Amino acid sequence: MTGEAILAGLSGVLAASGPLVFAAIGETISERAGVINLSANGVIVLSAMGSFAVGVATGSLLLGFLTGLLIGALVALVVAFGNITLRQSQVALGFVLALVCRDLAYFLGNPFMGASGPRLSSLPIPGLSRIPVVGQLFFAHNLLTYLSFLLVPVAWYFIFRTRQGLVLRAVGERPAAAFARGANVNRLRYLYTVLGGALVGLAGPMFSLSMKAGWKGTISGLDGIGWIALAITIFGAWSPLKVALGAYLFGLLQWLGVVLQPHLSGIPSQVLQVAPFPLMILTLLLVNIGNAEWVERILAGLPPRIRPAAAGLLRATRVSPPGALGVPFERD
Amino acid sequence: MDVEIRDIHKRFGAVRANAGISLRVTAGTIQGVLGENGAGKSTLMKILSGFQPADRGEILLDGRMAHIGSPADAIRAGVGMLHQDPMDFPAFRVIDDFLVGRPGGISLSPGQARRELQAQAEHFGFSLEPNREIARMTVGERQQLELLRLLWQGAGVLILDEPTTGISAPQRETLFAILRQLAAEKKTVLFVSHKLDEVERLCHRVAVLRQGRLVGEESAPFDTAQLVRLMFGKEIVVSAPRSTAREETVLTLEGIEVEDARLHVGPTSLEVRAGEVLGLAGMEGSGQSLLLRVCAGLMSPVAGRLLLDGHDMTHRPYRSFHDRGVAYVPAARLEQGLVPGLSLTEHVLLSERHRGPLIDWKRGRAKTARRIHDFNIRGEPDNTVESLSGGNQQRALLALVPDPARLLLLEHPTRGLDVESTVYIWSKLKQRCTQGTAIVFVSSELEELLRYGDRVAVLFSGRVSAPVSAALTSVEELGELIGGKGLEPAA
Ligand SMILES: Nc1ncnc2c1ncn2[C@@H]1O[C@H](COP(=O)(O)OP(=O)(O)OP(=O)(O)O)[C@@H](O)[C@H]1O
Ligand SMILES: [Mg+2]
Repeated sequence: MTGEAILAGLSGVLAASGPLVFAAIGETISERAGVINLSANGVIVLSAMGSFAVGVATGSLLLGFLTGLLIGALVALVVAFGNITLRQSQVALGFVLALVCRDLAYFLGNPFMGASGPRLSSLPIPGLSRIPVVGQLFFAHNLLTYLSFLLVPVAWYFIFRTRQGLVLRAVGERPAAAFARGANVNRLRYLYTVLGGALVGLAGPMFSLSMKAGWKGTISGLDGIGWIALAITIFGAWSPLKVALGAYLFGLLQWLGVVLQPHLSGIPSQVLQVAPFPLMILTLLLVNIGNAEWVERILAGLPPRIRPAAAGLLRATRVSPPGALGVPFERD
Repeated sequence: MDVEIRDIHKRFGAVRANAGISLRVTAGTIQGVLGENGAGKSTLMKILSGFQPADRGEILLDGRMAHIGSPADAIRAGVGMLHQDPMDFPAFRVIDDFLVGRPGGISLSPGQARRELQAQAEHFGFSLEPNREIARMTVGERQQLELLRLLWQGAGVLILDEPTTGISAPQRETLFAILRQLAAEKKTVLFVSHKLDEVERLCHRVAVLRQGRLVGEESAPFDTAQLVRLMFGKEIVVSAPRSTAREETVLTLEGIEVEDARLHVGPTSLEVRAGEVLGLAGMEGSGQSLLLRVCAGLMSPVAGRLLLDGHDMTHRPYRSFHDRGVAYVPAARLEQGLVPGLSLTEHVLLSERHRGPLIDWKRGRAKTARRIHDFNIRGEPDNTVESLSGGNQQRALLALVPDPARLLLLEHPTRGLDVESTVYIWSKLKQRCTQGTAIVFVSSELEELLRYGDRVAVLFSGRVSAPVSAALTSVEELGELIGGKGLEPAA
């Protein structure tokens, strides 16, 4: 494999992981506020179809992408209303919506099957894209991919460095305490669920109007991505940086599976296709090892010289979900 | 600010938590609020601070009707509250917790807050390191942080629901000086406490609640006996019980050392005999809970040996400690001790050693009813634990301690209990001692340590003194030991 091909491949990985980045960070925002929006997979399929249909009908890319955003926001609004106002289970609601949206997409998408719609063209950034290696990796993409790059630090900064982000975390951590400090818990939960849902919705048109433009009854790699986004949110410990890392890692592993397949003829191709999943599970185990009691016991037996460092390392790898994830807030 | 409460009603199901309470507090007054566990004090305070809506009634601030529908409204109107159990975020660092609810722009500017927090903490003599995780602090330290936050918030009406549970005597004096200062600035202070001596020293006026009603108001100077009569409708006699210590040793620590990210405790060597009560004194966070957790088998010591009834238990898992009859009652009752959402009956059933796939609900309910009666809990078997008043949660926690037990490890066992229940609970504990149970308990109340402990060991930033005899030590002497006197400085 030539260096050129590897570079092109990696650049492709960055672009192909874009939808996953949007979806997983959208889910991160929603879960940080305490609301699990399980509908992601259905939403992405529906918004891919919906935005393609609007794109075909109007010829407008902008309207197409806005449709994706809107579908994500509306479905999230249903989750929020059912959960926050009607106090129904987030999990049941989200799950049913995931199935309904997906089937709806396949049903409503029939008339548009095979139609040709607009496609987002790539937009190499003048000057920057000429830098060797870096230019091709980061500055020769389309607008949405650039946005996915930007979203990562922006979301991280918002959640961990701003006052609003602090309150967002507070609401998901312990709503009663956030409420006692003057936060309007349920309004904020509505807000962030809808915002997060809108980001998830953007993942759809990134397929149907950009990466794999078109609608042929479905799009390869589309159905299922929402579930992966949900998993990555957890593996990424609800932090945009780690979540993005998870998304790119997943993209990379998938690409490797494709690239390595001819060279690893002894291994069935299915193994390489599913390999990313157990690898992610292994990661989860590793990042959670600091929570186990026996680890503490081993730690206490270490010589005093290395104990503090080891303890610090384990503490740093320790993750815990937002304290009130999935728990509706009730005033009594 | 003048505060007037008019005819406040609040029901929880069949319980009338507030049944028509009216009270006027003029600006510049420190108003005490007294009442037995479950009298309705916290409910009234939560209504005033917007945390809970009243069923009926009005609140007037400076003579004008105030519409307090949420804490946000209350904060805007200048009413701030310190809750009985810390209303904080265990997963956060101190500085982040401190910043939640602060008004300001988008950027957090933690540097400024950090300096102010440290200056404030220093003034009180609290050690609250900004980067520490709240979950790793003691309940007392968390309460200290909440206190600083409330003062920093700068409210015109300050509500303090049992603010002194986690602070030492000198720190309490600092708090009182600040509260007096605030009152002199025409702010209004509402002070809920079970410690009559504090109320008598600090408050200008006192309101006494009983079963949801206001049953009396008194002005300084107060008559303790009269206050007790108003609270309980009878006199309470407090007496120091006799020692029941026997010869055989239950717990032996040999050069035990334990540490977490912040503190190293030990080396400690002590023995606790059957029937004996050992008190652990010291400022919050001096290592008391680390020591208790080691004795409970919840942490492994980094050096030394731990024996129970002569058996080496060092590095054994919690389960084996449990099987040897060790019971641990943590201070964070709703986080570590009880399971919010489960009823009292479910708690009783959970705490049983009985193994089998099916639950005998009828027997469970009957057993729970008996415990409720025995421990005088105001609640029903089917009540969830979080719906109980603070003091009643504490009683529930103690009612769950397995019987018989060999060694009881109690962290602030009477936190939030009223005078009557404190006496009652200790009589129950002492009864256990006569059967040979050993008790090690942590408390910030010097009187409690000396009255109920046979010996008291003092911890000072991780160093443990040789236990002193409670009978031969005065409150003043113990106070000095807690401040670090008599312990050689760390090498
Ligand atoms: N959320 C709730 N749900 C049901 N009952 C409640 C709830 N909160 C309080 N109660 C009941 O209301 C009564 C008064 O409780 P409150 O917490 O006001 O008592 P308190 O005077 O603060 O007692 P303590 O000294 O023990 O803190 C109690 O009987 C309690 O069980
Ligand atoms: Mg109370």
